[in-house]
Formats: sequence, structure tokens, C-alpha cells
Amino acid sequence: MTANISLPPVAEQASPSHGHGERRWQDFFTFNTDHKVIGIQYMVMSFFFYLVGGLLAEGIRTELATPDPDLVDPALYNSMFTMHATIMIFLWIVPAGTGAFANYLIPLMIGARDMAFPKLNAVAFWMLPPAGIMLIGSFYFGTAQAGWTSYPPLSLTTAKVGEAIWIFSLLLGGTSSILGGINFMTTILKMRVPSMGMMQMPLFCWAMIATSALILIATPILAGALILLSFDLLAGTAFFNPTGGGHPVVYQHMFWFYSHPAVYIMVLPFFGIISEVIPIHSRKPIFGYGAIAYSSLAISFLGLIVWAHHMFTSGTPAWLRMFFMITTMIIAVPTGIKVFGWLATMWGGKISLNSPMLFAMGFLSTFVVGGISGVMLAAVPFDIHVHDTYFVVAHLHYVLFGGSVFGIFTGIYHWYPKAIGRMYSEFWGRVHFVMTFVGFNVTFLPMHILGLQGMPRRIAMYAPEFQTLNQVCTWGSYLLAVSTVPFLINALWCWFKGEKAPDNPWNALTFEWMTSSPPEIENFEVLPVLTTGPYDYGVEEEEKLATVAG
Amino acid sequence: MTSIPNSILTLFAGILLTVVSLWYGYNNGLMPVAASEEATHVDALFNAMMAIATGLFIIVQGVIVYSAIMFRRKKGDTTDGPAIEGNIPLEIFWTAIPAAIVLWISIYSFEIYGEMGGFDPSAANDMHAMHGGKNSAMAAEMPGMDMKSLEGMTASGIGASPASQGKEAAVNVNVTGLQYAWIFNYPNTNITAGELHVPVNQEVKLILKANDVLHALWIPQLRLKQDTIPGEITQLRFTSNKVGTYPIRCAELCGGYHGSMVTNMIVETQENYDAWVASQIQPAETTGSAVMQSTLASIESMNPATMPTHEYLAPYAREMGVRTEMLAKLVRDQQAKNHIHLDS
Repeated sequence: MTANISLPPVAEQASPSHGHGERRWQDFFTFNTDHKVIGIQYMVMSFFFYLVGGLLAEGIRTELATPDPDLVDPALYNSMFTMHATIMIFLWIVPAGTGAFANYLIPLMIGARDMAFPKLNAVAFWMLPPAGIMLIGSFYFGTAQAGWTSYPPLSLTTAKVGEAIWIFSLLLGGTSSILGGINFMTTILKMRVPSMGMMQMPLFCWAMIATSALILIATPILAGALILLSFDLLAGTAFFNPTGGGHPVVYQHMFWFYSHPAVYIMVLPFFGIISEVIPIHSRKPIFGYGAIAYSSLAISFLGLIVWAHHMFTSGTPAWLRMFFMITTMIIAVPTGIKVFGWLATMWGGKISLNSPMLFAMGFLSTFVVGGISGVMLAAVPFDIHVHDTYFVVAHLHYVLFGGSVFGIFTGIYHWYPKAIGRMYSEFWGRVHFVMTFVGFNVTFLPMHILGLQGMPRRIAMYAPEFQTLNQVCTWGSYLLAVSTVPFLINALWCWFKGEKAPDNPWNALTFEWMTSSPPEIENFEVLPVLTTGPYDYGVEEEEKLATVAG
Repeated sequence: MTSIPNSILTLFAGILLTVVSLWYGYNNGLMPVAASEEATHVDALFNAMMAIATGLFIIVQGVIVYSAIMFRRKKGDTTDGPAIEGNIPLEIFWTAIPAAIVLWISIYSFEIYGEMGGFDPSAANDMHAMHGGKNSAMAAEMPGMDMKSLEGMTASGIGASPASQGKEAAVNVNVTGLQYAWIFNYPNTNITAGELHVPVNQEVKLILKANDVLHALWIPQLRLKQDTIPGEITQLRFTSNKVGTYPIRCAELCGGYHGSMVTNMIVETQENYDAWVASQIQPAETTGSAVMQSTLASIESMNPATMPTHEYLAPYAREMGVRTEMLAKLVRDQQAKNHIHLDS
């Protein structure tokens, strides 16, 4: 099953093209062009920002434990949720999904020695630490307070220095994201081993094609919106400023033209990860490869024409509200295809309930809730009631935490043995899962009710009748905070002291498992040749060859 | 030993699932009181979606839990599962069913939106009001604008329900959102108040504008929300059918005290409403509140960006007579903040 390449036990095969020999620990702290180093750099950096964003979230939840604004100044509270969202989106989920996993996995999965543009790759990464430092540093000057959506005119009139820093950080992050997108697209399309056609690619690569397309089409629009906003802010122009005849709703269109696709940029890579993890740990082929591959593209396309569902209560005419309601509803169909495909993959399999599989099942369980509330939110009459309320806060966390963050942990556990070369502790992985799953649901499930009952989002003070549920949310968030402790200990301890990992601990079929753990500098001693489909579990050997040939 | 055939079990599970979903969907009790006919329509849509959501939720979670228990790998079993790579009819089935469901929800929502007044031709779907040249002109004269000149003008939002389209609403109210209060002005009687008083079972039309930043007027019990946008007019029309006091909350982030931008809508009987109107007009004649009105008008014509916040808010605090403590605290905090901004 796994003997599709020969691994001669020779020690060092000098790389003729790159010239860096053995991996040194210093590589992880310098401008290094190896995609695996960059992948780990992305992962560690974004996890650091996850902790920062999490700390801000705990501050927000502590403030909301009581109806009065008694913990921090309300303006600082606004800064906190602005930074929480900005950091979690632009410095945690996006870099972890499109930076860490895509960088680390794509060349390994397609049998390439590196990304298409290794230097560009390193440049893309090194744009993010300054962006993050600027954002965190802006607390010194009075951080942006207008929410991560930064709607004018509020964003033009409060905390101007912080707002300017916020804009420039996002421009850096966006540029980094675009450079990454170019790289992934080129690498996947041009650098596969000759024996691998598009339909033999691991599904993660399909997901990254869809993600990269979104990045390349949508991110420049955000850059445009932010540059115009910075002109309004710093040069006194009036693109969006009503006092000079500008129109604030135009900004909303430009912002959401990127920021709705951004939701898919943040979740499509994890659809890919789930499509890898579930078949391996269920010991069954993925159910409906073609449907899952093409539904990624469908989501990517539809994701570009749903943005105004964030604006059903803005100054939008009825025809626009109806059009975007229908497109948004339709996007549930390709998403449903994936979910049912994953469920059917598990059905009748031989499931190992290890940490990656638990997180993958947790992903399915929570993401479906976010998907269902998403369809409800698309219905205009209902959305008019719950728009900008805690119902939306619940929904977006079910998608971005229940979806993306569970996806990140799925990926971390699944590829930890490959990337680090050591096994993680299964026991602490399971403890981490249980705490995260319970903490997450206790934190965010009650928020649905709060929103329906009448609690707006982004408020530091609220009506006393909402206190009980808010306290439940706050306790849940503390459990969620504590849940990172077993993970951190597990990941750090096992990095140095864990049991040595075999090359292919999961008996998987994709190329990344066909090389050493951790992979050598140029990935493969000899470039692998495709002898099976990526998910041919339980398929007879002759048939496997047949699927490749066919 | 004979067991119950699988098809019977599936049928039974299906019936049970349907019953449970419908029961929860229509008895969820998650919405607050519905204070208008249209709100009950929205609730009907919500309940229908909740029923579907419950069914889908149970199916997906059920399959996950069932698989985790029934399809666990036995210890020592290193073989693979069955090599099932797909099933086209099944895939068509689970593409078609969700497609049909979302289509049905779309059509249903379309209908409810129409009943709410979303398609009132004088309102939401007039593109001219949205993108026309009127807007920039409007923005230029916005601050000092006479709200009366806007009557009959189109504005996005929720218009008249089909039954009352083309008719004038019984009560017109000009609403101004500003950091951090709502000002309600009744153009016919020239009453200005900090709370919204409306008669029960009478159609009310709110003409919404914002002075400084975006706000959103949300009345949860009416299931209605509309952003107020500087430089643009938006509107909401509704008929409340339940006497009571309901909160009005700002739902669009508008600054530090966004959460305190709360007031009440008082739905009262026609007699009580008339009495309230009379009580508001009386002092106007005797204590010269008309002067105050003009003060208010002049304040609105000022550009908040060019003057200190406390100075510009003070008349409102006096005028409204509600939440004065909060406003006083706000003024202090704003001053403190202004200091910081000037320093930095």
C-alpha cells in the first residue's frame, strides 16, 4: 500500500538547486525559503496571535459578565473587540489556513520540492510580523475603535492614529495574502508530479485552488477600500465621508466584497483538511471525490456574489436585498454536498477516535450549526430582526471557531507527527478536544437566544434581563481559555520529548506520508510516482492502478 | 430470530424526527413578544425555519454520534473499510433536497417581506433614491434640512404594507440618531421627544436620519431594524397592535456608549396618545418650549465635528430629561477622551 516509492537509506543527498544542507533551528527565525520552514513559521506566529486575540476575548467576556461597563472604559472596550476580530481573522485564521497548512502541505502533497516562488513565499510571511506588531503597538496611541468592519463615518472620527495604523496593518496583511495566493495557484497548477492529474490531487489542493482564486479576486478590492478610507482619514477627501458629499454605504459594499469571500478564504482550507482527515481515520475512500472538489469551486464562485447580505438593513433597495438573499441561500447547496459527503465517508467505516478525528467530527458538528443559522440569516425578514445582534455573533463564531479553529486543530494533530517527527500525546489531545468542544458550545450557544431576545452586538452595557445568559457565556469562555493549556503543554513537550514518529503513522496514501518525518529539506529523495488515488482505502491493488491509469 | 425490518425502523425514525422538529420549531419560544401583525409573520417564518433546522440538526448530529459509536475500529483491526467511492443517486438526492428547501424559504421570505411593506414602490426598491444625484445634494444641505420637505420622497427601508400602500400614515415621526440618543420629532404637532409615543392600531411612519455616524433603529418587538445614515433618508412603516412599552436600541456601532443608546417606544390607546400629545403641546405654549425647538433646530444645523462634544450634547440632555445621569457621565468621559485625542 505504501511502497510506491523506494527510500534508499542513504544519508545526505545534497540539493543541487537550493544549497542549504541540514535543517538548523536558526532557520525558523530567519528569512528562509523552504516552504516547510515557512509553514511552521506561519503556524507558530499565528498561534501566538491566537493567544493575544483570545486574551482580548476573555477581557470582552469579563466586561460582559455584568450589565454595567465596569471593567474597562467603553472606548477601550470597543478597541478590544475591534482588535480581537482583526487579530483572529488576519493574524490567526487566515495565516494558519492559507499560510501554515497550504505552505507546508501543497508541495508535499503534489510531489514538488518547494513552492513555485520560494522567495516570494518568505516575503509574504515576513510581512505579517510587522503588521501584528503595529496592531498590538497601536494600543499605545489609542487603538481603532470602529469594529473590524471599520464603517465610516465612525472610523473617520474616532481614534484616528489607531485607525491609520489599523489600515496599514491590514494592507500589509492583504498584500501578504495576495502573494500567497499567487504562489499556491501556480504551484498547484504547474508543479504536480507528471503522473498526477487534477482529479488525482488530494482534495486539500482543490480547496486551495478555490481559496486562492478568492484571494486574488477579492483582496485587491479591500485594499482599494482601505486606501480610499485612508485618504478620507488622512487627506480629508470625501469618498465615504457624508459631510463632504461622500457615501458611507459605498464603503460597505467595497468592504464586504472582500470580507464575505474572506469567510470562505477562512473556511475552504479547512474543508480541504477535513476531506483529508476523515477518509484516513475512517479507513474509507472519500464519498464523492468529484462532488467535493467541484463544490469548492462552486462555493468560491457563489462566495463572490453574496456580499450584500451583510447590508440588509443598510440603505439597500428591495431588489438588492432579494437578489442577495437568493444567492446566499444557494450557497448552502454546495456546502451541504460536502457535509453529506463527509458523513457518508464515516458511515460504515472503521473510525479511530483519535485527536484529529475527534476535532474533525467536532468541526462537522459545530460547523453545521453555523451553516443552518447562516441560511436563517439569509432570509431577509428574519435578518432584519437579528442583524447586528448576538445571534450574528453566535453564528459567526460557529462558523469561524466551530469551523475554522476546529479545522486548525484537526490539521495540527493530523500532521504533527509529519512536521515535527514526533507523536503527540493522544490522552492530552482528547482532553483538549473535550474541553474545547464543551467550552465552545457553552460560550456561543446561548448567544443565539440573546440575539433573538433583543441584545445588540458590540455593546459594553446591556439591559439587566440579559445577565444570566451572558454569565453562562462568560464561564464558557473561561473554560475555552483553559482548554489551550493541555494543547500547549502537549505540543511543546512532545516537540522535544515525544515518541519518534514513523514516516506514515496513519497508513495514509497521499505523498506527504511517503517521505521521512520530518521531511528532508527538498522533500523527497526521489520524486514519488502516483500508484494509487489519494483515498483508495480498501481498494484492491489492481483497481488502484486502474484508477490512476483511468 | 426475526427482527423488525430496517425499512419499518427507518419509517418510524422519520416520523419521529418530523414530529419532534415540528414541535420544537413551533414551540421554541425564543422570540420576544410580537407587537405587530408583521412581527407575527416574521415569527411564522422563523418557526418554519427552526423546524427545518431542528430536523437537519438532529440528522447530522445523529449520524456523527451513531458513526462514532457503531463504526469504531475494533482493537487490532488494521484492515480498511468498504471501498465505497460514491453513489450518484444519493448525491443527487442530497443536492436536490437542500436546493428545494432553500428555494422554498426564499419564496416564503419574499412573501413575508412583501407583507411587511418591503416592496412599497414609494420605498425600498426605488433605485433613484439610492444612487441618484439627489443624494449628494441632500448630503450637502443635510444638516440644516427641513424634514418636511422630505415628505413623499422615497427612501430605502420598510415601506407601507400592501393594504395601506399609497395612503399617508396616520402618524409621521422624524427620527434623528445621534451619539448617543434618539430624537423623535412629530412634524404635525411639532413635538420633540426622547421617547417614541405611538397610538395602537394606527400606521406609523418613521423618517430616519443620522446626524453624525451610522446608527440603526431596532425595535425587537416589531422585528424591525433600519440603519440611519448621515446624508441619506431611510424609513420604517409599521402598525403596532399591542399596547405596551418596548425598547428601542441602537444596533449599529456608533461609539463608546453605543450600548446606552436605548430608549422606549410607548404604544398606547388613542385616548392616552391624544392626552400625551396635548400634554406636550400645552407647555410649549406656556413655557416657551418653542424657543427650545428652534434651539434644537439650530443645534442640528451645527457640524458636530467642529465643536466639543459636551457643548453640542448639552441641549439634548436638557431637552430630553431622560437619562441625564448617563449623559452627564458621557460628557465627562467624552471630555476626558477629547483631551487624550488632542494630546496624541
